Amino acid sequence: MIYFDNAATSFPKPMQVTDAVVDYMTKIGANPGRAGHIQSVRAGEIVFETRKKIARFFGVKSPMNAVFTSNATEALNTAVKGLLRDGDHVITSAMEHNSVLRPLKRLEEHGMITLTLLDGDERGVLSVEEVLKAIKQGTRAIVLNHMSNVTGTVQPVREIGELCRSKGILMILDCAQSAGIIPVDLCADHIDIACFAGHKGLYGPTGTGGMVIRDGFNFDSITPLKEGGTGSLSDKTVQPAFMPDKFESGTLNVAGIAGLSKGIDFLNSLPEGLKSVQLHKQTLQKYFIEKAKKHIKGFVTQSETDGYGVVSFIIVGLSVSEVTMKLSDRYGIMSRQGLHCAPTAHRRIGTFPEGTVRFGFSVFNTRDEVDIALKALKEIAGGN
Amino acid sequence: MSGESAILFHSSNYAMWAVDVLKQAQIGHKLIPVPRELSSDCGYCVRIETVNADGVTELLNSENIEFDRIENI
Ligand SMILES: Cc1ncc(COP(=O)(O)O)c(C=O)c1O
Repeated sequence: MIYFDNAATSFPKPMQVTDAVVDYMTKIGANPGRAGHIQSVRAGEIVFETRKKIARFFGVKSPMNAVFTSNATEALNTAVKGLLRDGDHVITSAMEHNSVLRPLKRLEEHGMITLTLLDGDERGVLSVEEVLKAIKQGTRAIVLNHMSNVTGTVQPVREIGELCRSKGILMILDCAQSAGIIPVDLCADHIDIACFAGHKGLYGPTGTGGMVIRDGFNFDSITPLKEGGTGSLSDKTVQPAFMPDKFESGTLNVAGIAGLSKGIDFLNSLPEGLKSVQLHKQTLQKYFIEKAKKHIKGFVTQSETDGYGVVSFIIVGLSVSEVTMKLSDRYGIMSRQGLHCAPTAHRRIGTFPEGTVRFGFSVFNTRDEVDIALKALKEIAGGN
Repeated sequence: MSGESAILFHSSNYAMWAVDVLKQAQIGHKLIPVPRELSSDCGYCVRIETVNADGVTELLNSENIEFDRIENI
């Protein structure tokens, strides 16, 4: 089996990730932060250590500013719905995932916010000038996908962040794809809130993700998405107002968080950290695209040759589902077809409504696997 | 001044954070279940030597680690 669906969720996970999940499940098992017994303390230690690593990973000093959620979607919903108020104007891009578009669209439909969706250039990349032009009185926030899950396109986050900070506009960044590939530093990049998935480029288990808030941000201005038991201030029937309890109601996914912790360790242990990840993915992507263009009849890609391992393509004359089905059934190669939960991104690059085939490479994929896929695609495409 | 004190927290998240900071500062401490005579919502607290209480208070404040109170035990 060859797994090229890493942009959806990464597989396999590093051995230490799986081991940590099993370790927690077999040796600890308890609910963190709820009781005084030693197993609960151990579970709490795992959660704290991971919190600290996440905060550091995103350039944030206070570990309390890292909030765990069950995926990037929950984090984005918390940020978007928690921050936005009646009358706010919000800027976003065509390259967003539905986890941003749908919450925003609902708020717009309900007449709460007004929304400007920027097209960017032909690849969906925004410029500072375009953002500047869209800013008007009442613009409260920009919500931006750092790295497209359709094409791998990367937005100039720091420049846009700088502009937003200078105008007093909040910047919410969707790092679902970029975390673990492109360094994100909330301080240097002028980001207020970063939302991440733990189960993609951070190599944690599914069911992990989070929201990281910059140091000094007034989190009182964010209404939590959910309220409930936190193990703190139990004598009160109102939600605690402090971080991270305010946003972490209900028992945490400690098994997943234990794994995520080791996923981050794994990235940090690579010889050159994220540089190693980038280099590996760029090498595979370049190799795949150059060979495919040369040898596969009708191959058209929507991704850049030097991207970080998210490649969209079509084979002219074949439906994308036919391609992915054959790849899976005949060759055991896993890829994803369609719109990838990003309809406006596909509109922007001209592949709506059919969508594309997407290969998402991980650090565990090899050139040999790409060769097998190239051979398979050549047979599927037929011709010369 | 001999004896021990307990730092009580509103949330175990802050107890964990305090332990981490005390460890780095090499100040003796132990995470213990909250003694019965004290009431705290968080299941555990951090025991320190009372002589260190002022220094610890200063340290926790400087790191913005919120705690409920420090009690002699
Ligand atoms: C850009 C982007 N944003 C958000 C998400 C949602 O992530 P999750 O599945 O963790 O909720 C994804 C992944 O599917 C994504 O690629």
